Amino acid sequence: MSDDRFEVVIVGAGPAGAAAALALAREGVEVLVLERGDFPGAKNLFGGILYTSVVNELIPEFWENAPIERHIVNRRWLTLDEDTQIGLDLKSAKFDVPPFNNTFTALRSKWDRWFAEQAEEAGAMVICETNVEELIVEGGTVKGVRTGRDDGDVEADVVILAEGANAMLAERAGFRPQMGPRNRVNAVKEVIALPPEIIEDRFHLEGRQGMALEYFGGAVKGTVGSGFIYTNHDSLSVGVGCLIEEYLRLNMAPYDMLDEFKAHPMIAPLLRGGETVEYATKMIPEDSYDSLSDLYEDGLLLIGDCAGLVNPSIHHEGTNLAMASGVAAAEAVLSARKSNDFSKARLAEYRERLEDSWVMKDLKRYRDTVHFLLENREMVNEYPDLAIRLIRRYFTLDDTPKDDVIKELWKTIRSEVNFLKAARQMWRARKTML
Amino acid sequence: MSIDVREYLKPHVHMSLEERLALVKRRFADESHISVDQEAFRADGQKAVLFMCPAQVFKLNPDDDSCIVNYEDCLECGTCQVTRRYVTWNNPQGGYGVTYHYG
Ligand SMILES: Cc1cc2nc3c(=O)[nH]c(=O)nc-3n(C[C@H](O)[C@H](O)[C@H](O)COP(=O)(O)OP(=O)(O)OC[C@H]3O[C@@H](n4cnc5c(N)ncnc54)[C@H](O)[C@@H]3O)c2cc1C
Ligand code: SF4
Repeated sequence: MSDDRFEVVIVGAGPAGAAAALALAREGVEVLVLERGDFPGAKNLFGGILYTSVVNELIPEFWENAPIERHIVNRRWLTLDEDTQIGLDLKSAKFDVPPFNNTFTALRSKWDRWFAEQAEEAGAMVICETNVEELIVEGGTVKGVRTGRDDGDVEADVVILAEGANAMLAERAGFRPQMGPRNRVNAVKEVIALPPEIIEDRFHLEGRQGMALEYFGGAVKGTVGSGFIYTNHDSLSVGVGCLIEEYLRLNMAPYDMLDEFKAHPMIAPLLRGGETVEYATKMIPEDSYDSLSDLYEDGLLLIGDCAGLVNPSIHHEGTNLAMASGVAAAEAVLSARKSNDFSKARLAEYRERLEDSWVMKDLKRYRDTVHFLLENREMVNEYPDLAIRLIRRYFTLDDTPKDDVIKELWKTIRSEVNFLKAARQMWRARKTML
Repeated sequence: MSIDVREYLKPHVHMSLEERLALVKRRFADESHISVDQEAFRADGQKAVLFMCPAQVFKLNPDDDSCIVNYEDCLECGTCQVTRRYVTWNNPQGGYGVTYHYG
């Protein structure tokens, strides 16, 4: 590939890279996508909920053809202690009709492959089994990439980095701050096979309806993290993800967290009869808006997870930010191409587009979430635990007059909660978490 | 074919980590893509990589307190290097390493 030159080289065929490739190829740009896996998606996993507002703009009614698992009509956010569960349950027939609330379950080795094929059909070239080892930088300008293949240098007007959460190329070239235990979650996941009929019966679903259950508090030992169960067509995705710093604090291994989660009395019955068919792990970025780098350099744009574009709040969105940033990058490249100027100043348009969109508006809103939770552990530990005890007591039937029960509850609250502190925390939680 | 519901009322069978790792398709390269600075590892009182790696790639060699690296088991999450910078981790060569069937 030594003499190869493309207008745009994209590193990584995940949702971010494939979205950028699709948007560029449609405008006739010569674009090459390099992917280290055997096929796009081969090395990828998520929870997960595929958020599809951007896909639906790129490929209207994609659900007719795309390999999605189920559309989510029922979401639950739950907190556990050792033997009890409370939570919020949202189920709506409104989510049962197109566009299905833009929330689908998916399996990435199928979805990513299909999505990258759409980019290929639009004219992008996708080459797999090719690892990009470094960026070629001359005088501060990115000129191309060095791959692990013989004669593997590829030049480009602009390189779009879409390498995902383990952002080594960006970090090593100094284009992003160092990854660390406070800004990376480790997630482990199992795919557990069950017949569709059993899933539908067990989770009260009909046809291709799906369910998403997310667990907090004691489900993950009161850490900044969560557990999840998502229904696929004929399997469940079951996993836990916690900040690496939390594992270090507890001296605990991710697979032990997963095993304890799976064995919890509220979880185990949901997995009955299921057979584990895959075990997988990956990181999730939780970079704060305040620590993001510029995301544009001379001849380079950063998109998706490697740029740090994940919403760390209860919304846990990543796929849609990845695709939205891919489209924004494509638009910035298209306008830079008109003046054949791929300088940092010209590519700043990418960041401006992101800032004007929901992507950066949301990341700004949740800029303090992770820091806030680490500094206010009560939010993920004591408070959910107290809420469980109060609600359980309130509904525990033992011939105590209700007046006395309520008095008892107030007594518990007074003895355990510092009101001023809690009020301040709730006020901040409103802005940083919800 | 009809489903015998009773089959699905039995508890989920727990698999050992080894069994779970064996489920994942991997193509091993001849050379390791992971290296450890042994001095820094010995100085790490917590020996964090031993438990942080979800595939237990890192094992303690009790003879000399060094770190054994079973790179063939790696699932390529990158957690080791982010946890402790005495680990240098690179992507396996293109076409090698894990291929997930589901993801
Ligand atoms: C367990 C888990 C649960 C999640 N749950 C959700 C969820 O429910 N909803 C949601 O929206 N998001 C979720 N996310 C986040 C979501 O998966 C990411 O935000 C999204 O995948 C980011 O897309 P990306 O294209 O930026 O990166 P990736 O999907 O990671 O893709 C990066 C691609 O680049 C390739 N690559 C990397 N380096 C190189 C290289 N040097 N050379 C060649 N190729 C390279 C990789 O093989 C990969 O294909 C979850 C993540 C995890 C890990
Ligand atoms: S990349 Fe992940 S699986 Fe591989 S050695 Fe590091 S922590 Fe273990």
